[in-house]
Amino acid sequence: MNHLVRTTLVLCLLSMSLGGVSAQEVASANIRSLDGQVQEIKSDVLGIASELSNLEERLLYPSNTQVSVFVSVPQGDEFRLDAVQIEINGELATHHIYSFKELEALQKGGVQRVYTGNVMTGEHQLSVTVIGKLKNGDDFSNADSFAFSKGVKPKALGLTLSGNDIQVGAL
Amino acid sequence: MQRAAFLTIGFLLSICLLAGPARSDELKDLYFGEALYYAHQSDFFSALERLDSEVKQHGELDEPELGALFHHINDAEFSLGDFELRYRMHHRAGRAIRAVLEGAVEETVRNDAAYRLARIHFQKNQMDDALRALDRIDGDVPKSIRDDIEFLRGNIYLAEGMPEGSLEVFEKLQGSDEYGGFAAYNLGIAYLQGGQRSLALEQLNHAGQIESNDPGELAIRDKSNLVLGTIHLEDGEHRQALPYLNRVRLDGPFSNQALLSAGWASMAIDDFDRAVVPWSILADREVTDRSAQEAMLALPYAYGKLEIHGRAAVHYGRALDSFGAEVNKLNESIDSIRDGKFLEALVREEIRKDKDWVIHLRSLPNSPETYYLMELLASHDFQTGLQNYLDLADLHRKLLTWEASFDSFDEMVAIRSDHYEPLLPDVDTQFRELDSKLRLRTEQYKMLVKRRDDLLTTPRPEFLATPEEQAILERVEHLETQMAAGGTAFSENFAARVKRLKGLLSFTLETEYHARLTEFDKNLGTLDEAMLVAQKQYDQYVRSRQAATHSFVGYDTPISRLRAKARDSVSKVESLMARQGRQLEVLAIAELTARRSHLENYGDKARFALADSYDRATQAQASVGGE
Repeated sequence: MNHLVRTTLVLCLLSMSLGGVSAQEVASANIRSLDGQVQEIKSDVLGIASELSNLEERLLYPSNTQVSVFVSVPQGDEFRLDAVQIEINGELATHHIYSFKELEALQKGGVQRVYTGNVMTGEHQLSVTVIGKLKNGDDFSNADSFAFSKGVKPKALGLTLSGNDIQVGAL
Repeated sequence: MQRAAFLTIGFLLSICLLAGPARSDELKDLYFGEALYYAHQSDFFSALERLDSEVKQHGELDEPELGALFHHINDAEFSLGDFELRYRMHHRAGRAIRAVLEGAVEETVRNDAAYRLARIHFQKNQMDDALRALDRIDGDVPKSIRDDIEFLRGNIYLAEGMPEGSLEVFEKLQGSDEYGGFAAYNLGIAYLQGGQRSLALEQLNHAGQIESNDPGELAIRDKSNLVLGTIHLEDGEHRQALPYLNRVRLDGPFSNQALLSAGWASMAIDDFDRAVVPWSILADREVTDRSAQEAMLALPYAYGKLEIHGRAAVHYGRALDSFGAEVNKLNESIDSIRDGKFLEALVREEIRKDKDWVIHLRSLPNSPETYYLMELLASHDFQTGLQNYLDLADLHRKLLTWEASFDSFDEMVAIRSDHYEPLLPDVDTQFRELDSKLRLRTEQYKMLVKRRDDLLTTPRPEFLATPEEQAILERVEHLETQMAAGGTAFSENFAARVKRLKGLLSFTLETEYHARLTEFDKNLGTLDEAMLVAQKQYDQYVRSRQAATHSFVGYDTPISRLRAKARDSVSKVESLMARQGRQLEVLAIAELTARRSHLENYGDKARFALADSYDRATQAQASVGGE
């Protein structure tokens, strides 16, 4: 945000010296009129994206087999999450290495859907391995396993990863 | 003119201070959290796509209070508006927030919505509408936005040229943790706007000395000092201007302007030595900067005034070379833009990944067309056009990727269809047999349950007779019927034996009735479990059968529809990109042409001054030689 303030300030100051030129005025007016059309196409494409997501979900992850794993970190926990690995029934489901931007988004309260896949209805085992750095600079690696039951409805598992432990909650 | 520009800066500042995705203290809906995850990474398209679906699904629930989003619905609706705003979809953002305003919501929620709506109008430069939206705020206001509301109100008054209103607001905000520095500066601008010069100077002086480590506050401190210096310069108070200009940090965003002005202030009071210092620093800075270019001419001018004509000539020569090189660069830039390379450079991935990409545009390798566009980027229309162009480029990339995925979907559906269709007729035949068997067993089971229930209310011992007993009972009843008809001669002894046998049977059935009923109930319990297992397997089978069908049936229409929509959107996006890009090119070329003409003018001045300096240097040398 501060960076944005600074950039805006620079740009604002520089804007003082801009003078009006006829071609520029015409182009500016055209840009303003195009803005409405751009907003419309954005709306259309968002609609397509939404329909496509639904279609993809129905086709690839039907509700009776769908399982999703979400990752969050507790707000205020200052550990650095480097990577997470998820196994379901002993098989690698996914592995994710976090960029600074992603970690920041998690720390601000965002929740990442790290995996969506299919499992049969019944009992299953979820194994989670977390790698990161603690506030004092020490590396840490944490692993834990959880049992979960898959029913007819889509299953959503929420993992809360902190520097101390891994917690799982199901929706 | 310049003062008006400063005023503009005053309220423009607020844009970057106001927006921010909604947060929830305790997140109960993972999908809302997922939308926030994308929003916090500034991927507002993905955030909107997810949150829009989630809010729609929530709206379709019969009992929304049971949905996870129920706990965040106000936040979610506000966030939708916020994301739309940040994705530059003002039309939709306004609609979303107006819907909240007009709904039956709590006072705090309505006031929050009114504030957000005002913010949208402010960003769209619709100040009257923004004020009207703020006027709707009444009663309980969330504490977290109280200062935000007042800061926005003050900026609207400033933009509307209503200093009385803005003075009152900014005075109240002086103690604000969040807006203290900005409010102090804006208060100074408000005094200036209201014609209260001395109060404005006093206030800007205060704003120009605020202690802070925050880069934003430091920038506004520099800004206050630069404005103070400029006011004194414009009013001919050159000596007074200097201390304020000297307060501006050398590494801040306003340092070039301050250095240039400091030099001119010193020149105005004939302190030529002192003018050389800031201009020497500035002349070595980024050559595309307007102030740096002016300093390249101003510095030898100061040397000339100091009678150091030789050094002045060297600097004029250096400036002349530099302006020539820059004019060539500008010519290359204009040609490059005409070749369409400017738009190519803007969508380069490595640039977009860098958060300072706007600043780095002028140092982008092999892209001379971007060197001089920093100033152009400051104009609102160009920014709007540029952002729209970049958004369109993103949409284009997405649509092309999706178009490829439709083919994969078709292929996937075809493979599933080929696999399942030959298998399903046999499976269905077996299923029908199984289905009829299960129905029969279910009916039998229901009959037994009914019989058990009847026996509990009306005891019927004969119903619990064993098959042997039932056979004997039937035989006895048959004999009794025959005896009653009298068709066959039966001895009395035989009749007595039949009666005894019936009595024995009735005795057994009556005395063992409760034990047998208990046993019957127990067996029925076991049957319950077996029936449940059978029903579960049956349901699972039905689901698997349905899943098999659903995996390849019913996709043709939606895929075709989406494919057509995507194709249509691709062509619309391409057409819009071409039109938008053309306008950007026109603006960029106009800007570069203006800069080139400016530099050519500088070049002429430098050439003339160079000749003059040589003459003077030669004369000076000659007079020294003569002496």
